[in-house]
Amino acid sequence: MTTKTAAPERLRPVRRTRTTNARRRESLTALGMATPAVVLLIVFLVVPVALAFALAFTDARLISPTPARFVGLRNFTQLFEDPVFYKSMRNTAYFAAVVVPLQAGLALILALLVNAKVRGVNFFRTVYFLPVVTSMVVVSLLWTFLYRKDGLVNHVISTLTLGHVQGPDWLGDPATAMPAIILMSVWQGVGFHMIIWLAGLQTIPAELYEAAEIDGATPWHRFCHVTWPGLRATRTFVLVTITIAAFSLFTQIRVMTQGGPLDSTTTVVHQAVRTGYDQQQTAYAAAISLIFFVLVLTVSLLQRFLTREKD
Amino acid sequence: MVFRTRRLALASVAAAAATALVAGCASGSGEGSSGASGNTLTLWTHNAGNSAELDVVKKIIKDFNGSQDTYTVELQSFPQTDYNNSVVAAASARKLPCLLDVDGPNVANWAWGGYLAPIDVTGSEVPVEDQLTSTVGTYKDQLYSFGFYDVSLAFFARRSVLNEHGIRIPTMDKPWTKGEFDAALAKLKKSGTFAYPLEMGTGGSGEWWPYAYSPQLQSFGGDLIDREGYETASGTLDGKDSVEWGDWFRSLVTKGYMAKKSGADPNKDFLAGKSAIQWDGSWNAAKNAQKLGGDLAIIPPVDFGNGPKIGGSSWQWAMSSTCSNKAGAQEWLKFSRQTKYFVDYAKATSTIPATDAAAQQIADYQPGGKFEVLVQFARKYATVRPVTPAYPYISTEFQKAAQDILAGAGPEDALGQAAKNIDNNLKTNSNYAG
Repeated sequence: MTTKTAAPERLRPVRRTRTTNARRRESLTALGMATPAVVLLIVFLVVPVALAFALAFTDARLISPTPARFVGLRNFTQLFEDPVFYKSMRNTAYFAAVVVPLQAGLALILALLVNAKVRGVNFFRTVYFLPVVTSMVVVSLLWTFLYRKDGLVNHVISTLTLGHVQGPDWLGDPATAMPAIILMSVWQGVGFHMIIWLAGLQTIPAELYEAAEIDGATPWHRFCHVTWPGLRATRTFVLVTITIAAFSLFTQIRVMTQGGPLDSTTTVVHQAVRTGYDQQQTAYAAAISLIFFVLVLTVSLLQRFLTREKD
Repeated sequence: MVFRTRRLALASVAAAAATALVAGCASGSGEGSSGASGNTLTLWTHNAGNSAELDVVKKIIKDFNGSQDTYTVELQSFPQTDYNNSVVAAASARKLPCLLDVDGPNVANWAWGGYLAPIDVTGSEVPVEDQLTSTVGTYKDQLYSFGFYDVSLAFFARRSVLNEHGIRIPTMDKPWTKGEFDAALAKLKKSGTFAYPLEMGTGGSGEWWPYAYSPQLQSFGGDLIDREGYETASGTLDGKDSVEWGDWFRSLVTKGYMAKKSGADPNKDFLAGKSAIQWDGSWNAAKNAQKLGGDLAIIPPVDFGNGPKIGGSSWQWAMSSTCSNKAGAQEWLKFSRQTKYFVDYAKATSTIPATDAAAQQIADYQPGGKFEVLVQFARKYATVRPVTPAYPYISTEFQKAAQDILAGAGPEDALGQAAKNIDNNLKTNSNYAG
């Protein structure tokens, strides 16, 4: 910073040649500053991703006395015959389809509530944000206990219905395992997106609301015609980040159900880790990851296309 | 100014180069040896957090380091849950320690994968032939590892409870049959005293599943894989006998004899009287005896048709193939093979000593001792899990199939899919040849 502000004064006498020099120096500085980040990105992102793609076409294993051989599309043909893979895809899609609108909507409602100018709002902001700063592993462990057949959730249900309704074994029943995980995930993640929405809300100029009020707009009209259009950029961001996070559902599954019961909670990422690490089939897991990559990329591009600026 | 910019650029480039260098080294050090610097050998164990067993390891190391001046062994301990992953990661980076312990069923996989080197411990105080066979790890007729103890599975129950319900307390000469066992569970269930009379630790995870339940599968006449050549699981894991086991296993849940998922501490639940009969490891025998005294019944496994069965093989010691000081490593392995250490291990961990000589020094394991039956179980009923490099894979598939069966999947489908996957895995790995 100091170098930049000091430069013009010393460079004044022979401006023309000095400008090109300065520019060259500037680009050199930029290069130097960018290099560490670029190198880190290449080493820890580009290379592993490229390696994973290459591995998908080999028979690489986690433990093996022989080096990996090229096997063409074998991993993929095997994958498309694997019933668990289809279940993983279905569960992942199910999770994303429910979580994305639910979490985004709930987060927006919370953001609108805590954006109101009433006393004690900071308290609620903190409360809603608490689960976000708690580790997902810890949250998952806690909820595993809550969801037990004799856990807190069922106690509450039983008490509220005066003992008439006995809650199920939430995580042990294929019908309720995924909804239970969805509920927990939304609870954990909603605070983060609330903050994002809140940031978006606070960029909307107060004059617009005042003008709308003077024109006699109802709160609903104000939301539809001032708030909602004002959140355009935020909306895209929230949509894309929740979708990607939902697709990569893993931690909760690993801690709470390990994909069971009866594959009702297995997901693409969970299957990749299970086959790649627990079952030592590195190449097979790489093939799953490759498909996952294509899937996420397609959906993200589609979302970008649908939410693009229409001129 | 110019100087400063250039210096910044230079520093960045240098930093970047250093990063690249470090990253490059980590992945590309190639064939090499590790695990020792000169005569200082590194030793890894899974015992962090298990101070009783760790203390014995420490004692042997201390004695060894004091007994001679050439070699020094240095200990590094890992928590059990992370241990296997740490070894696999270290092996990929060719940074394995010289000495390491390994869970019995993984020996074949690690030997095949080139992690372990065959060992020669002739001339040590305790000859390998004196050990329980399940405590010795061999692959392709070569010795790769040995353990100081084994564990046994047994049913634990209260004599008073069984007598009260008119249930015969079985002996090794006359173990429970399937019909008798089912009838006993029905009686206990009917009494209404127990929500779930049988406790088999179904809340456990990982290796517990094949360790605890595959012996029951074998007693039905099934198995994890056709042990003739270890080339296929189809017809064995999904054969008639195996499916019968699956039906029985599922019936325990449908009839309400056993919880689909047991609590966090099954042994505590048993001692608290929540369950009547517990299928558990011998490592809890001492605790149970202490709490229940003479009321404790240690019951042999049920004979489901092919004789009572329990799993064999526990943690064992081995030497890595990349060890740069194999002579020193073998020296330590030989030194550790003294009867007094076999005794120390068994006492510290409440497990079954691997040799008779050691068993004789522990009152409880001597003939007439209260845990002598456990030694007998290990000797007569132990079936080691399939000795094949495919075992880790088989283990995960069996675990999933068994869990699915408890959750309500058809045993034929669940076991059939597992058998198909195992066969596929064997085929794509050319039956783990090489």
